[in-house]
Amino acid sequence: MAEDGARAGAAVRGFGGVAVRIGEGLRAYGLIVAMWVRSTLAYRTSFLLTALGHFAATGLDFLAILLMFSHITALGGFTLPEVAFLYGTSSAALGLADLALGSMDRLGSRVRDGTMDVLLVRPVPVFAQVAADRFALRRLGRITQAALVLGWSLTRVEVAWTPGKVLLVPLMVLCGAVIFAAVFTVGAAFQFVAQDAAEVQNSFTYGGSTLLQYPPTVFAKDLVRGVTFIVPLAFVNWLPALRLLGRDDPLGLPGWVDFLGPVVAALMCGVAGLAWRTGLRNYRSTGS
Amino acid sequence: MRVGTRDTAPGARRQEEPDGTGRREEHGFIELDGVEKVFHVRRKAGRLRRVREEVRAVDGISFSVPRGAMVGYIGPNGAGKSTTVKMLTGILVPSGGRLRVAGIDPARERTRLARRVGVVFGQRTTLWWDLPLKDSYELVRRMYRVPEAAYRRNLERCVELLDLGPLLPVPVRQLSLGQRMRGDIAAALLHDPEVLYLDEPTIGLDVISKAKVRGFLREVNAERGTTVLLTTHDLTDIEQLCRRVMVIDHGRLVYDGGLDGLHAVGRSERTLVVDLERELPPIEGVPGARTVKVEGPRQWLAFPAAQSAAPVVSAVAERYPLVDLSVREPDIEDVISRMYAGSTAP
Repeated sequence: MAEDGARAGAAVRGFGGVAVRIGEGLRAYGLIVAMWVRSTLAYRTSFLLTALGHFAATGLDFLAILLMFSHITALGGFTLPEVAFLYGTSSAALGLADLALGSMDRLGSRVRDGTMDVLLVRPVPVFAQVAADRFALRRLGRITQAALVLGWSLTRVEVAWTPGKVLLVPLMVLCGAVIFAAVFTVGAAFQFVAQDAAEVQNSFTYGGSTLLQYPPTVFAKDLVRGVTFIVPLAFVNWLPALRLLGRDDPLGLPGWVDFLGPVVAALMCGVAGLAWRTGLRNYRSTGS
Repeated sequence: MRVGTRDTAPGARRQEEPDGTGRREEHGFIELDGVEKVFHVRRKAGRLRRVREEVRAVDGISFSVPRGAMVGYIGPNGAGKSTTVKMLTGILVPSGGRLRVAGIDPARERTRLARRVGVVFGQRTTLWWDLPLKDSYELVRRMYRVPEAAYRRNLERCVELLDLGPLLPVPVRQLSLGQRMRGDIAAALLHDPEVLYLDEPTIGLDVISKAKVRGFLREVNAERGTTVLLTTHDLTDIEQLCRRVMVIDHGRLVYDGGLDGLHAVGRSERTLVVDLERELPPIEGVPGARTVKVEGPRQWLAFPAAQSAAPVVSAVAERYPLVDLSVREPDIEDVISRMYAGSTAP
């Protein structure tokens, strides 16, 4: 009995411990981000110019879509507003994840030059420090651009809006951001082992986002299967968007799959957490 | 014997030490018992074959440092100094042995220990490269939750003793190596750590910066009773700061004692380099010294490192036309290699 009580106590402490650590992590993340924002805003003109540059650079790939549509009326059966909707949701989701954790791909170089050790001697979670490192406010440029395209597409797509469908849009973007963030994290964790793996990660995040900007019907089925079942990027926007636009998905999955976004996002977080812990543990036993 | 430990309630202590071995701060603030760190390295052997090799970076080290001590930890490159410091801070998990700092197992409670520890890595900064020094300090204050009053007091003290005033608004990347090092040392002390690890704190610094850093460390140790563990290549650091020195080589502790003892064991010698007015035959008849080299008007005299240079200098100056002179300290590598040559062990 007494032993059971002790065990239960330990479990409660364990949960409390996790909660405290998450709180500590968020606090540290906030501190570091606030400092980077302050230091960015110290040079206001430079910030505005780089944000504008980011806005323009990410806008170029939408320009490509527009050019395409000046010659065709539909792409894979999707109209311009529909493609714009895919583009907006995918780009906004990636933009949010990129803003929150975008500098994580520098982890490999940190491991290589030894500055990783510096993060490990501070009394705050390493993940928070890596995530907030060089927080780049200029990435708001991508988000703004994506939001504009998304806003325009929402006024043009032919959807019979219900409260549920309206709610699905922000939920989709949010879950998409979480999925991308998890991919960022897994990629970063992988860099504990392979320090030059930043490009592999980028192909899944930035590359994945570009993929999602086009309708799934233009790609080979195997590729669509891959991003549904292996790296579940299809849940960022394809599946929920198809439901919203009233189309069938090319894989013919049951209808309820379209609503699995939050579940997939949560699962991906679990995977990312595990990968991160494994990576960090590996680093602490080998040192490099 | 549990009596004699201060500053914590007995109940709290028992929780920290479930094994109840009774080894605690009465023995040492930093306590290592047979600590090992083994790395597995994969090495190319042929076109595709990889051979797994075991590298024992730290191979069974035991020592104990009391609270408030200032200890030198020296050894050649790759001897295992940095690996030891990384284990003491919890960055690396030991492969074997027992390690405690302030009664805490660093590998298991790294973040809790971090509040009580300051670390300076000579080669890389703990500051934020693109931020002004002042902003870096402010962030450190928030991260470590340093109370405002203590922070202001500590910062003022550091600014005064390390001459940081004009550097505070400068981004870290624009600082010179010596300035950055001073900035780093201050950053490591803002949260009043109980123990300070310095990994090569004077590497690459000019003479003035070195002197400033050493003076400051002496003050911190004397004033706050901060325990200091210093790894270095520069024997002068040890000479001026530490009564006790530990020498590590190939992952093993090969010497633990006073610096005098190290010089005696290593039969180390200092060298007096004199420039005479003109070429002369080798200097003779200086008590305790012998001439080891002559090159034109310049001559080298070796004398035991424990001995003062003053009588040697005056003996030379008395009888020879002296133009200039300098004293060279013994090299750590030399001392250690002579230690091996002199030992009877195989």
